Amino acid sequence: MGFLSRTMTVVWKDLMVEFRAKEMLLSVLVFALMVLVVFGFAFNPVEHDLSDIFAGIMWVAYLFAGTLGLNRSFMSERVNDALQGLVISPIDRSSIFLGKFMSNFLFMIAVELVLTPVSIILLKYPFHKGALLLGAALLLGTFGFAAIGTFLAALASNTRASEVLLPVLIFPLLAPVIIAVVRVTDAILGGDVSGVMPAFRFLAAYDVIFLAIPFLLFEYMLEN
Amino acid sequence: MKILAWLTGILGVVALYLAFIVAPEEAVMGPPQRIFYFHVASAWTAYLGFLVVFVASIAYLRTGARKWDRLAFSSAELGVFFTSMALLSGMTWGRAAWGIWWDWEPRLTSTFILWLVYIGYLFTQMTAEGDEKRARIAAGLGIIGFLDVPIIHMSVRWWRSLHPEVVRPGKMQMEPMMGVALLFAVVTFTLFYVYMLKWRVRTEDLRDRLFHLKEIMRQRGAAASRRG
Amino acid sequence: MLECKGVSRLAGHREILRGVDLPLEGGQVCALFGPNGAGKSTLLKIMALLTRPTRGVVLWDGEPVRGRESKVRQQLGIVSHATYLYNNLTAEENLYFHGRLFGIPRLRERVEEILEKVGLYYARRDTVGTFSRGMQQRLTIGRAILHEPRVLLLDEPYTGLDQQGQAFLNDVIRDFRNAGGACLLISHDLPDAVALADKFIILSEGRIVREGSCSDMTAESFDNIYREALEVDRESGDAWAIQFRGEG
Repeated sequence: MGFLSRTMTVVWKDLMVEFRAKEMLLSVLVFALMVLVVFGFAFNPVEHDLSDIFAGIMWVAYLFAGTLGLNRSFMSERVNDALQGLVISPIDRSSIFLGKFMSNFLFMIAVELVLTPVSIILLKYPFHKGALLLGAALLLGTFGFAAIGTFLAALASNTRASEVLLPVLIFPLLAPVIIAVVRVTDAILGGDVSGVMPAFRFLAAYDVIFLAIPFLLFEYMLEN
Repeated sequence: MKILAWLTGILGVVALYLAFIVAPEEAVMGPPQRIFYFHVASAWTAYLGFLVVFVASIAYLRTGARKWDRLAFSSAELGVFFTSMALLSGMTWGRAAWGIWWDWEPRLTSTFILWLVYIGYLFTQMTAEGDEKRARIAAGLGIIGFLDVPIIHMSVRWWRSLHPEVVRPGKMQMEPMMGVALLFAVVTFTLFYVYMLKWRVRTEDLRDRLFHLKEIMRQRGAAASRRG
Repeated sequence: MLECKGVSRLAGHREILRGVDLPLEGGQVCALFGPNGAGKSTLLKIMALLTRPTRGVVLWDGEPVRGRESKVRQQLGIVSHATYLYNNLTAEENLYFHGRLFGIPRLRERVEEILEKVGLYYARRDTVGTFSRGMQQRLTIGRAILHEPRVLLLDEPYTGLDQQGQAFLNDVIRDFRNAGGACLLISHDLPDAVALADKFIILSEGRIVREGSCSDMTAESFDNIYREALEVDRESGDAWAIQFRGEG
């Protein structure tokens, strides 16, 4: 069996676990929804036009929800020391990382597919065009988040305070993605696509770098 | 160690004298500009500290030798200390020059994010389980954190450049004596960092030896209790 | 087959293992005994390639393992304190997952065969979270032998098993040995393990203090040997402590 098919085995397992514990996906979705509602109360979309800050609100909701999802992804590996079961198997350590990354990425995308239309309706955003570009921005931003997030979640799961530590680690390191993706989402929604390509290139570069480095380092992180 | 301490002390006095007395007053900003020497020196030393964390982390993962982990941790602590100094001096300068403590100035903002990254590193060092595992995890963070530094820098500049810039006093006119004062400040802070790092590493070594002695005592106690 | 040579392990400031040599040979069950904290589990983890020794090497067929870990892992079956099972997956899915990781051919048949063997075929569609500890342990044993390893490393494998389950595990181990496999067994149950094993090793404070053959050994005679071995170690431990006091 090749590298890729073993990676897919890990993905398959994660998605199965996810599917069995539906309350996980649901609780993350509901949490993101709550964040949107809180923003609604705080900024009052009835009296104010929230178009200027809509992209920011949307990403805050996704990133908070995503952090919750990442924590949970490695918590399920801690029960019965299940991650050790992967470590004793002959598969490449980096394919464990890649598999966990892919399942986290897919999980986030599923959450965003539900939440994007919901947030557009909820915050009364006048959405007309640019769905394709918006999708590209979501993919690129989520990719970077899942790449560095999977690595940091694996690290944080070995600490006493992992639920608190993960956000503390993730948000500063993710600052470039947050800045770029909110900016580009805002531009796309506003119909101004002139600055989109440089931002996409920047995001793509970040994604590649922060997939590659954890990929190389992961081997060292798994040893006892 | 002693020589280093004396050298740092003497250079410190010289640097203060140069910064406050010898260096000419900047035409536009006036006296507050003198914070500049210590602000830049702190920032420089902080980056140096984090570079040492990065290199020591790689060395740790390659060799597994405990000393590299101790060095990385000590240097991260000092790096956070000097980053705090850079932030505080930067804010004070901003207040004196523009009447505002914090205005999301790009360089200060990325320094602030850097500060958060390494606070996270220190938290990890303090809460991770298992001695070797903790060291390896921290090393992973020390590497990935440092590689993110230039990217954070770039993104913050880019983020600020999209906002209309408030009109600020123009570029500082660097006179030769100012350059000399800055050089002395930087050298002094660097020596101070090296001196503190040595102490910090030595403290960690002593802590190690203390644990080792405790361990021997524990084993001895176990042997004695079995005999009794 | 699998062997460790001059293995030492430092954890922080504790010397958990000090220069242990342990060869595992095909067709042999080796029982590893010792008081708590003697370093048994650490030794097993090193042989399972989960932990690296501070000094010394692990050999596979006489060659260092380093650089071909994944080939060696393919030949190891491990039962540890934790079950390594996913509570949200069914018994079948858990085995299927591990089978895919090990690249087993004709996996469906093999999984069914193992489920029959460990007596959980009737519960194959139930999630592991609903299993009793004994059922989980049976499944764990099935998981360890699923890929037909040549070496079995068992750390307290009787945990949670009832008498029937213990007899079943003994059969598994005997079959495995008779088929030419090498087995390392850590157990607190001295008489049972001695009856099963071919060879015994007593570990104390990270060193092997006694080893020998288990043939013609009764539970009683082994009990004496075990006590005596630890007694001798105690005296040398004291001598070491006194020497330290002299230094202080």
